[in-house]
Amino acid sequence: MSALLDVKDLVVRFYTQEGTVYAVNGVSFEIEEGETLGIVGESGSGKSVSSLALMGLIPSPPGKVESGTVIFEGRDLLTLKPDQMRLIRGKEIAMIFQDPMTSLNPVLTIGTQITESLKLHEGMNTSQSRKRAADLLDMVGIPDAYRRLDDYPHQFSGGMRQRVMIAMGLSCNPKLLIADEPTTALDVTIQAQIIELVKQLKDEFNMAMIWITHDLGVVAGIADRIQVMYGGRIMESGSSHEVFGDSRHPYTVGLLGSLPRLDSSGEEKLTQIEGSPPDMRNEPKGCPFAPRCDVRETLQLERCWDERPLLETVPGNGGDGAHIMSCWADIREGVAENV
Amino acid sequence: MSSQTMTAEARQEQNGRDVILQVSDLKKHFPISAGIVFQRQVGAVRAVDGVSFDVYRGETLGLVGESGCGKSTTGRTILQLYRPTEGSVKFEGQELSTMAGNDLRQMRRRMQIIFQDPFASLNPRMTVGSIVSEPLQIHKIYNDKKERQQYVEQLMERVGLNPYFINRYPHEFSGGQRQRIGIARALALEPSFIVADEPISALDVSIQAQVVNLMEELQDELNLTYLFIAHDLSMVRHICDRVAVMYLGKIVELGPVDEVYNNPQHPYTQALLSAVPVPDPVVEEDRQRIIIAGDLPNPANPPAGCNFNTRCPVAFDLCYHEPDPPLIEVRPQHFVSCHRVT
Repeated sequence: MSALLDVKDLVVRFYTQEGTVYAVNGVSFEIEEGETLGIVGESGSGKSVSSLALMGLIPSPPGKVESGTVIFEGRDLLTLKPDQMRLIRGKEIAMIFQDPMTSLNPVLTIGTQITESLKLHEGMNTSQSRKRAADLLDMVGIPDAYRRLDDYPHQFSGGMRQRVMIAMGLSCNPKLLIADEPTTALDVTIQAQIIELVKQLKDEFNMAMIWITHDLGVVAGIADRIQVMYGGRIMESGSSHEVFGDSRHPYTVGLLGSLPRLDSSGEEKLTQIEGSPPDMRNEPKGCPFAPRCDVRETLQLERCWDERPLLETVPGNGGDGAHIMSCWADIREGVAENV
Repeated sequence: MSSQTMTAEARQEQNGRDVILQVSDLKKHFPISAGIVFQRQVGAVRAVDGVSFDVYRGETLGLVGESGCGKSTTGRTILQLYRPTEGSVKFEGQELSTMAGNDLRQMRRRMQIIFQDPFASLNPRMTVGSIVSEPLQIHKIYNDKKERQQYVEQLMERVGLNPYFINRYPHEFSGGQRQRIGIARALALEPSFIVADEPISALDVSIQAQVVNLMEELQDELNLTYLFIAHDLSMVRHICDRVAVMYLGKIVELGPVDEVYNNPQHPYTQALLSAVPVPDPVVEEDRQRIIIAGDLPNPANPPAGCNFNTRCPVAFDLCYHEPDPPLIEVRPQHFVSCHRVT
């Protein structure tokens, strides 16, 4: 079976006055139908930019997709004309954003905003689309849905606004939903409500999903596969069990070690990753994580600075080869030498 | 009414520990006014609505809750950055709520605050050196310029900043480094008590651990007491000795962290803990979540009866009529305010 979405070698740069920002530097991944992919990374890792690029939403200038292909159902989205892309965006691929206050238009009613895509993509008239919009709001758990169509975004709470965003994203039964930090602005109890809702709707609509987040906890519960990004590259990718249970990239290991866990009393000190995230204005050479990598330091690996490691199946993997990472060191050797 | 009305002496005796801060029935109501010409008060947002707790010397007390529950307002009211509407705050035995002017300024030498947003809390027009030394100038410590600079450099080194950067401006630093500047500023006057108001929530994951480790080191070295305000419950478990859970301006549960996390008694605490995701797919698969419906009620118009009754999965008659019950000690040092728990 061919993948629903196949991204190959995506490169995105921003040409700003302060210099070129190397935001995404060769990212490739696939998503199968009905699958949930979690993309994890810190700010500046390129996780949001790569998803905006495949939706054709990179502001240009200053941004530019330098190279790469994004094959969705046999077509390369990057070569489509704006008109053709508009037919896919919102219909085949929908997106929900982090901050539901800024991504909803404050001067239009919720009803107007949801029915817009129904009219455009499904050719519905006003009364049909309003009825469908009310059904959608009802489905995402907004009480008294029909009456609330005429309310404005500020009349909803943060969690309710995110529900509206989800209703909007799902309005045309998309095959792929991209969720960019959809729960980051919400409180934990509301986050739990939204995650539960999305999980249930994903099964109902049988859609694939990309869940972008910095919160490793959130993706652990929701994603089938996890992709860890750093400095505009993929560091490690595999099933969530592999990435969490058998982490092989020093960055993934460091990230997990630096997180306190709710289910352990945490007497011991957190292992910290030294230094700070890379300045993306420097032309990437070698591994982006090299300056902060304790494995490189222990093993005194020189090639990490100059040669870029390829994404390859992790050594000694008995699985189907889906667990990949890009690192010159085999962390198992590194750990062994440390001991 | 056991713990809330207990006298200070009795509380101290009970634990035999050195109490650095005593908060009793603290309230902070922000007025809501109406009218264009004749402004009149039409109501009040009850941000903090009767909060009592002690902080022991050398410990870290966590204050957790969702946005709008009044945890930051509590922190600021303790430091008298907001003046309390009612109640008392005793710091090292002295009543702060009636103190003003120079007396209060002198107290501020011993209690400091670290803010959440390291981008907004540093003056962009001041160099790191002048930001960190401003408290010293105000309190006229290290009047000799050279000595003062030496001291500031020492402080910078202590929080992991290169003293070489003393003349740089905040925008030249990353978020984590800025938070270190904020910590250095808070430490400048050698306080004994620091309110840390969400000090890590604006930082990247890999930077959070750096700052938390630094705070822990400083605590051991300088015998600091922290009031750690946060919404990240995993981090609170890691760094805190005791935790107080707030909901709509009130403390609903208070106790040692392991006790509260392993054995939460209040339905809100239970829901809150079950909602926190754990970075482990194996654990996540088997977890049962308690999803509480709805949003936080408006703190200007709290529900009758117990504050939590609009979202509580186990509410019964009493919860809708009787105001929220006092904190009851269910186990040693573990207090809960719930009609279900008696």
